[in-house]
Amino acid sequence: MTTTKVEHEVPGGAAWSLRVRPGREVRFSALGPGANCSLLLLTPDGDRLNVPDTLKAQMSARITPPMVLMSDRGVGLASVTGSSLDWHDAVCGHSTDRHVTERSSYQEHRNDRRISARAGLLSELRKRGFDRADLHATVNLFSKAAIDDAGRLSHVPKHCAADDWVALRTEVELVLVMSTAPHPLDPSWKPAGVRVAVTDAPPDEASRLFRPESGRALDAAAQALA
Amino acid sequence: MTMTTVPSGDGHLALLPAGATLRITDLEGNQAADTLLYDAADLDNRYSAVDTVREQAAAYLTTGSALLSTDLDVLATITADTVGRHDTLGGACSQESNVIRYGLHTRHQHACRETFLRWGAPVGIGARQLTHNINFFMNVPLTEDGGLTFADGLSGPGQYVELTAAREVYVLISNCPQLNNPCNGWNPTPIGVTVS
Repeated sequence: MTTTKVEHEVPGGAAWSLRVRPGREVRFSALGPGANCSLLLLTPDGDRLNVPDTLKAQMSARITPPMVLMSDRGVGLASVTGSSLDWHDAVCGHSTDRHVTERSSYQEHRNDRRISARAGLLSELRKRGFDRADLHATVNLFSKAAIDDAGRLSHVPKHCAADDWVALRTEVELVLVMSTAPHPLDPSWKPAGVRVAVTDAPPDEASRLFRPESGRALDAAAQALA
Repeated sequence: MTMTTVPSGDGHLALLPAGATLRITDLEGNQAADTLLYDAADLDNRYSAVDTVREQAAAYLTTGSALLSTDLDVLATITADTVGRHDTLGGACSQESNVIRYGLHTRHQHACRETFLRWGAPVGIGARQLTHNINFFMNVPLTEDGGLTFADGLSGPGQYVELTAAREVYVLISNCPQLNNPCNGWNPTPIGVTVS
């Protein structure tokens, strides 16, 4: 039995961050239907999840197991070891204040006020010494934007049900920065919470064997600190 | 209005005043021009591929596409395009991503990120300021079932694209040196840059 290192329920529409050692499983679970978790991965020395490099190296327009999430510096930061969903969006960015259309104020709404993913991510980034310059493309866990032949994108409602989950294995030390504000193409504001649980990662070779590119990204992770 | 020729594997940095137009010409055809834009008054308010794609609900860029920044400001608009569509989700090559894609023997080959860093440095564009770019003249179709492919370029000799600046912007270009895939037709060639 593996012991739980950290477990936290991020309420819907909130932001959180945590620092995780290599070799951990980070499991995200939707606490209700329609959850979204806009996620950035960084290393303490400023390497960052690079979505275009991740997608093109693995010839994919979505994030799905057993892909490896790759960085600006060509390092496999984390492996997607499993998920109840076959599609996690990574091409739509995250919500900004402009998408959080119904204005709400702390004075009027207290802690039920609406906070965009951008505002939440920036707050968590800044606490850890990062800033606007570190805003890269997010992975939007639990969300899907459908793509047609002409390249038109449309949000797929009801893609995520309660208890849907996705698990990552950290390959290097990571800072995970996340917001549970709704997907930027989701017209409703019904954010569900997300449980984040960190445990020791079980052995798993699926990501290494997925494609030669995935294996080489994991080789780079093993050699990122000599 | 003179054309600057950017040799294969070289770069270019232009400071474009609001209202000015920059044309990139694919002189010999099938040549990727990796491009980034920055608000000259605020380098962190830079081109954002995902914000651009989402706000227009369109994965490809063409005439009429507004090139948005992280703050959702319009940095420039594509005002002419003889090709029809351009990629912005495939990223730029780097020595490190070449190792992932093609193997360790490509670690010391020339790559777009080297060019971006060299040409961006004089105005303060460093590694932290580099972001997901536009690949003019590149064709990277996404499929309904979630695939991504590198298809033959739609461009040919003399084809061009024009950007009109909505505010003062830096345009940082890497004339892609990639030799390991068909994005430059296996033979990188010069591009032309004209400001009017």
